[in-house]
Amino acid sequence: MAAHSLAEEHGHAEHGHEEHHEQGFFSKYVFSLDHKTIAKQYLISGILWAVLGGLMSVIFRLQLAFPDMDMTFLKPFLGHWINESGKLDNNFYLALVTMHGTIMVFFVLTAGLSGTFSNLLIPLQIGARDMASGFMNMISYWLFFIAGVLMFISLFLPHGPAGGGWVIYPPLSALEEANPGSGTGMTLWLVAMAIFIASSLLGSINYVTTTLNLRTKGMSMSKLPLTIWSFLFTAVLGILSFPVLFSAALLLIFDRSFGTSFYLSDIYIQGQALPNQGGSPILFQHLFWFLGHPEVYIVILPAFGITSEIISTNSRKPIFGYKAMILSMLGIMVLAFIVWAHHMFVTGMNPFLGSIFMLLTLIIAVPSAVKGFNYITTLWRGNLIFTPAMLFAIGMVSFFVSGGLTGIILGNAALDIQLHDTYFVVAHFHLVMGSAAFFSMIAGVYHWFPKMYGRMMNSTLGYIHFWISFIGVYMVFIPMHYIGIAGFPRRYYQWSGFKVFDTFADLNIVITIAAAITVFAQFIFIYNFFYSMFKGKKASANPWKSNTLEWTTPVDLGHGNWPGEIPTVYRWPYDYSKPGAPDDFIPQNVPFSATPESNTPEENELIAKEKEIENIKYDHSIPD
Amino acid sequence: MIYIIAILTILFVVLTFKVISQTRKIINKNKAAESDPSYQGAPDSANNINAAGLLIFWILAVIATTWSYIHYSQYFLPEASSVHGRQTDFWFWVSMAIITVAFFLVNSFLFVFSYLYRHSGKRKAAFYTHNNTLEVVWTTVPAVVMTGLVLSGLVVWSEITSDAPEDAEVIEITGRQFAWMVRYSGEDGEFGKSNYKLMNDGEGNPLGLDFTDPNSYDDFYNSTELHIPKGKPVLLKIKARDVLHSVFIPHMRVKMDAVPGMPTKFWFIADKSTDEMKAALGDSEFDYEIACTEICGKSHFGMRMVLKVDEPEDYAKWKREQKPILTLNPDLLVHVPEKLKARALRYIEADALPAANDSTAVAAAVEIN
Repeated sequence: MAAHSLAEEHGHAEHGHEEHHEQGFFSKYVFSLDHKTIAKQYLISGILWAVLGGLMSVIFRLQLAFPDMDMTFLKPFLGHWINESGKLDNNFYLALVTMHGTIMVFFVLTAGLSGTFSNLLIPLQIGARDMASGFMNMISYWLFFIAGVLMFISLFLPHGPAGGGWVIYPPLSALEEANPGSGTGMTLWLVAMAIFIASSLLGSINYVTTTLNLRTKGMSMSKLPLTIWSFLFTAVLGILSFPVLFSAALLLIFDRSFGTSFYLSDIYIQGQALPNQGGSPILFQHLFWFLGHPEVYIVILPAFGITSEIISTNSRKPIFGYKAMILSMLGIMVLAFIVWAHHMFVTGMNPFLGSIFMLLTLIIAVPSAVKGFNYITTLWRGNLIFTPAMLFAIGMVSFFVSGGLTGIILGNAALDIQLHDTYFVVAHFHLVMGSAAFFSMIAGVYHWFPKMYGRMMNSTLGYIHFWISFIGVYMVFIPMHYIGIAGFPRRYYQWSGFKVFDTFADLNIVITIAAAITVFAQFIFIYNFFYSMFKGKKASANPWKSNTLEWTTPVDLGHGNWPGEIPTVYRWPYDYSKPGAPDDFIPQNVPFSATPESNTPEENELIAKEKEIENIKYDHSIPD
Repeated sequence: MIYIIAILTILFVVLTFKVISQTRKIINKNKAAESDPSYQGAPDSANNINAAGLLIFWILAVIATTWSYIHYSQYFLPEASSVHGRQTDFWFWVSMAIITVAFFLVNSFLFVFSYLYRHSGKRKAAFYTHNNTLEVVWTTVPAVVMTGLVLSGLVVWSEITSDAPEDAEVIEITGRQFAWMVRYSGEDGEFGKSNYKLMNDGEGNPLGLDFTDPNSYDDFYNSTELHIPKGKPVLLKIKARDVLHSVFIPHMRVKMDAVPGMPTKFWFIADKSTDEMKAALGDSEFDYEIACTEICGKSHFGMRMVLKVDEPEDYAKWKREQKPILTLNPDLLVHVPEKLKARALRYIEADALPAANDSTAVAAAVEIN
């Protein structure tokens, strides 16, 4: 944390007064340009989608645990998807699995997580009045909304939504005669995702631009909270990889509707030889996973950022290895682009390529391990306060470690032969990216709720929510590893047709019960969330005694975030429990000249530069 | 089982309510003692309960994981029946041992630290920002372990994916919605050409055999069983007819996608016959099975085929008993070019000859038989 070059600082117009223009209902709550409102829109959309995705998982878990169950009671909701004998239709089973994956990965853990916290925290933590382009930000949310509406409509189609798995591999997804879900359902899926990608790109470009250009006086890159670093890396990943998914989807649309053969070749289906020749289904898989793999880091990097912030604040201790954390995130970001084909070891891809991707995949385990160790060392000799956010953050670290470890086995091509597309994979990614990212999202909501709604969430309900969810997730996914080691394939409607998979009926029941309890426990959170929004205890400006800039804003923060001038930043965000300081935290906007008792000699030298920082002049032609 | 779950559920609910009411009491007591009203995130007395909870959770989790792991390990990896399978199993368990140690160790640190360093008003957290030595150590150690695993993995992977030995028994397996079909080259040891445009289920040519190629006349196929010889390399040539499928033989540790338009392959040596496995497992019903592991539509879960591993002499005998596709579907003769008719007729049984056939063909058939 030595001297910073301040020449590169660019800032934001300082108006020094709050803007007081009347806003109508629509411009304030619906087509809002305010980053905080857009963040809330993303959050609430994400919560609604998570409820839907979670309930879907309960239905297909019921099918897996009790294959003979009479599901007539679901007929009011599912209609003809429950047949006369009370059974779940097996095409609809596949549709449920597909939509659960799509919803959770894209709508909840990408839009719901990045959309919420990047929007909320980037301007607040770097000291900006809003995003670089509020208008683009608004368009980004409403494109996401339209994508969601289309995806939602597809659930009600007579032939059901897309049903080829969330990876939508052609030819299955390209041929309507192969699968009823590959008809209109697939068309809507593709159109919705194309719009979703546009939304994601608008958002990401905004995040990068805002972070690079709108930092307040003194907020050099080396003073950024790890949250912002993680959002920045996430946005870069998204900008570089989502367009590839767009191209994959576009070519698939051509194959489906315009008779091209990008992915189709030598197909005989329902008594007909199709004319398509020369295409390659493997090409689609390469394009898909070129996004698909970075996507898991798009999900987990913001989770890292949020967790870092919460663990540091509630340990009352600086995050251990700030620079190592940034470097490992950078390493993960770069490596994330060159490991995609480890999803394709047994697709018939050249085995030599498999070797290369195995090597690169196991390298990415190293920065991931470093992150885990740094979190744990942050806890060491801390003074830990177990707020609900802190509990969920600790849960996140545990899931990330436990789930990440099995990646070492799956990344090994030789071992992946047996385990590929079994429940071992399902258990692995649900722990390491699904549950871990979900926990950090929940942690983030508990932690920043006071900044979003000016009220506190009920902590007792938070503890109960944590304990049921934490135990529940482990009860679901540890047994699922066992089932995977036994070779159970994923996306199976039932296993009883095979003698080799006719074991583990009891474990499947345990998993289903645990999953149902975990999903329904989330309603405790939802109740707490909406109740506290209106009836929660009024929050103070800085309820967690945290250092970052968002806590210097007033409780009822209006448009523009700070009523007066934006605070100037003098120090890094992790001065917790600094020796000599009277309090156990020193916010980023406290100059070194005000804390002579706790300064190190290097910091004392920085006092001379404080005037220089304060006198930085910004280009006032940049509008708010 | 159900009763145990019911009892546990009730116990769980009761305990939850107990914890809630206790916590509430303590919190309410604590609120009065709170000095700084703006510090709303100050640790309440539930702090110690949560800290202890994390430690207790971990102790119970260690017990539960260990017990369940030991209890269920009997169903883990079904016994490997192929040479490379035992090799990958060995490395699987080596990796598993490493990650199990790491799982217990790292989580122990996480939960024990959570308990040990729970908040106390008397203590201040350490201001410990970084330690480059530590960072180097915990970057290097995983890197070294990974390197070891990568190297072993690379060796095994390149052996498994190397070219099949010259003398390998070549069998073609084709996936379709929703079944497997296998084709053998017949007595000449050569597969006839095939073309997807010639596929015709109605005519009995589901694999699209090209009857202008005489090598196809003795090819036979099977849609219920795959027979392979024990102790001999078997090369599966894998194809798909409609959408992606994936050949998965759990006991053989074999898995490879079937891709329309792009034939793939996998070779292995099965060294335990079906009968030996029946005896070893004491299960007269035992059979090796082939499943599909790439989502392919509504009956994806039902693509079962039986794999029979025969002693080499039984295998040879079984092969001799199989009838070529042409023999089973004499009507396919119409696709045989005139000059090859005589060769094709060797595979047509006399009584199966279509009545309308021209007399020369019949004469030729009689002559050969």
